[in-house]
Amino acid sequence: MNTSELARRDKFQFSMLLNDKRYRSYTFQFFALFILICAMAYLGKNLLENLAAAGLNISYSFLGEPSGYDINQRLIEYNSQSTHLRASIVGVLNTLLVAFLGCIAATFFGVTAGILRLSNNWIVAKLMMIYVEIFRNVPVLIWILIIHSVFLAFLPQPKAFRGENPEATMLWDAFAFTGRGFYIPKPIFNDGSLIVIITFILSIIGVFAFRYYARQKLYSEGKLLETRWTSVAIFFIPTILIYFALGNPITLEYPELKGFNFKGGIHARGSLISLWFALSIYTGAFIAEVVRAGIQSVDKGQSEAAGALGMRPNFIMNLVILPQALRVIVPPLISFYLNITKNSSLALAVGYMDITGTLGGITLNQTGRAIEAVLLLMLFYLVISLSISAIMNVYNRSIMLKER
Amino acid sequence: MSGDNNSFVRKEMISERIPPTTERGLVKWVRENLFSSAFNAIMTFVSLWFIYSLVVAAAPWFLNGIWDAETVRECYDLLDGKSGACFAVLNERFPQLIYGFKYPSSEYWRPNLASVLLLVALAPILFRKLPRRLLAFSAVYPFLAFWLIWGGSILTSVSAFLGCVIAIVCYSRFSSRSFAIAVLISLIAANVWWIIGGYIVDLNDSILALKDVPSRDLGGFMLNLLLGTIAVCLSIPLGIALALGRQSDMPIIKWICVFFIEFIRGVPLITLLFVANVILAFFFPPGTSLDLILRVLIMMTFFNAAYIAEVVRGGLAALSKGQYEAADSIGLDYTQSMRFIILPQALKISIPGIVNVSVGMLKDTTLVSIISMFDLVGMIRGPILSSTDWNGVYWELFGAAAAIFFVICFSVSKYSQWLERQLETDRR
Repeated sequence: MNTSELARRDKFQFSMLLNDKRYRSYTFQFFALFILICAMAYLGKNLLENLAAAGLNISYSFLGEPSGYDINQRLIEYNSQSTHLRASIVGVLNTLLVAFLGCIAATFFGVTAGILRLSNNWIVAKLMMIYVEIFRNVPVLIWILIIHSVFLAFLPQPKAFRGENPEATMLWDAFAFTGRGFYIPKPIFNDGSLIVIITFILSIIGVFAFRYYARQKLYSEGKLLETRWTSVAIFFIPTILIYFALGNPITLEYPELKGFNFKGGIHARGSLISLWFALSIYTGAFIAEVVRAGIQSVDKGQSEAAGALGMRPNFIMNLVILPQALRVIVPPLISFYLNITKNSSLALAVGYMDITGTLGGITLNQTGRAIEAVLLLMLFYLVISLSISAIMNVYNRSIMLKER
Repeated sequence: MSGDNNSFVRKEMISERIPPTTERGLVKWVRENLFSSAFNAIMTFVSLWFIYSLVVAAAPWFLNGIWDAETVRECYDLLDGKSGACFAVLNERFPQLIYGFKYPSSEYWRPNLASVLLLVALAPILFRKLPRRLLAFSAVYPFLAFWLIWGGSILTSVSAFLGCVIAIVCYSRFSSRSFAIAVLISLIAANVWWIIGGYIVDLNDSILALKDVPSRDLGGFMLNLLLGTIAVCLSIPLGIALALGRQSDMPIIKWICVFFIEFIRGVPLITLLFVANVILAFFFPPGTSLDLILRVLIMMTFFNAAYIAEVVRGGLAALSKGQYEAADSIGLDYTQSMRFIILPQALKISIPGIVNVSVGMLKDTTLVSIISMFDLVGMIRGPILSSTDWNGVYWELFGAAAAIFFVICFSVSKYSQWLERQLETDRR
């Protein structure tokens, strides 16, 4: 007799709900769901009662009302008459800005420190170890506050740039680093600049297409094309030609000292700069460890084997070591990028108006719409996190070791 | 054959010649480690210059430091234009930095005692060579620490502790029959006891009573340590449960766990603290008011649990499938196989990860200063820096805060590395 007959023979009893493996999981799940629904209903009831008692309701109409506060660091047009929604968008862009800048700088710090930690120069390796340990073991909030006060204390105020013999001078007459923030030249886009930009984008695509073509050629015909200088040429020459052919459509507006402050150019506020620097140097310490582990994880036999095949050192690095090290490095690297994005919410501590400062800070306090504002805030971070982890999963699958 | 062999046979080895001066001792070390190539030499000089300029800048600041002054102006007067630190603020505001500004100063011995006992309670957990009997004290410690820090009658703690004991006794009596029934019965028994105990405590609340300290009076580094320790302790069991739930083959339970973990990991801690600060109160029955510290603790526990769950999941995934199959094949049910076969191995693998996450949690407790709680950072940014006496003494204060955290976090991470090596030798 087979199992199906056996199953039919024993009649269903209630005790089987708990004792029979076939039904037990349904019982557990039913109870879990039941408890979850009860808890939700209980919390929902409390919420409704509390809201009713406080005379509140859930409504997102506040997003359409004028915000009434100003944001000094912004990427898009905004004034105090703009809506709360626009304030939130300014905040979102500010978050993305500092996260993007932070990721680039943190990668730079991390890769440099990670490689230098493996240096055979004892003093450099030790210095990098000290950097990593000091930054990893102190809360990021304290670093943000310390670095903010460093910038305030050590960078000159704009008035130091004045006079015959100023205490501070601008770098190449274009960059001014002051305690109020950095002033850098601002590109002005005149007529025809769109064509330049499109040419530039096309030449980037061209570089990739050329490299793809060269690889195909290598695989199909075994011919190795020169790629490095050709890529450089494709990257620069068309854009430069178009730029001069159209008569310098893109110009730079330099910051100038007018009165007590700088005018013109892009003004990156001190809060943005210190937050950016603090986040990137803090996360850089973590990335350094990941980079070091990644490089150390590649077996020495790999480079020796590649050398035995007669590969040249840069080929060994590019084709053998790096692909294997990156498999170890990239997943944690991306989760550190995610951490930078999440930690950028500490902007509140230095007064940089990111999404937490606008929507979760002033908007929340002015309108009193705590539930709505915090929900939106969480939604924003969730969307970012989930999309980045989706990208990461795709990447992980593509580099996964192909085994059996 | 012949005794008189004239050929020369050396009987003893020639002693080794001393290597050339460039190949031994300090010179060799310097050549190999500092000047092995031109690039390395440049790097060495750059590093030396960096260290030199750092020392030149920082040394007078430290050496001229004023340890004894009443206000920052007095400090500047004493320094007389020289560069120097004003460490006097640490001296004068030390109690505020450690205990917050409201904790009654006559009761400072209580948190002190609690933190010393914390070390005693942690010792048998951290070092497995210590006698196992010490674990009994670790079990009592949470209740003792609650009594010491918050004060009130000791009966509250005793009653809570007895409830836990009753739950454990009930569980061990019934666990041979069914895990689910045992858990249910122990929960009911404990709650019944706590209700009864509540009345008893209310009747005589003066036995061994310490002065009541409300939660909002806690502050300073004590608050960081308190939040960190409690959140970590509570989140480890929750995290393990979530990890097991995520591995489960029951879809509903699995998806509840996945949703919880991914949601918490997807948002920054600061938004969860906002929830604790302004939203969580809406979800409690009307009229009840929960401490802010308690609300923050709930959110921090959730936050840490989600991260620990991912670490434990990694440990579970690292076990070979054969372990699960072996447990099944000797007829263990789910609870038994988890308890005796899977979890001991999986947790061993994930201990370093759990320690790292917990260090992160301790560091993240500083974020409560953003929702205007007066932890170490909150004390510095709030009452101390804004007071007219100590306005503008950033470096000394933040430096001290950084130093405190560094000492603790660094030693914990060193412990974690040591533990990793210990476990490595076990597995061989």
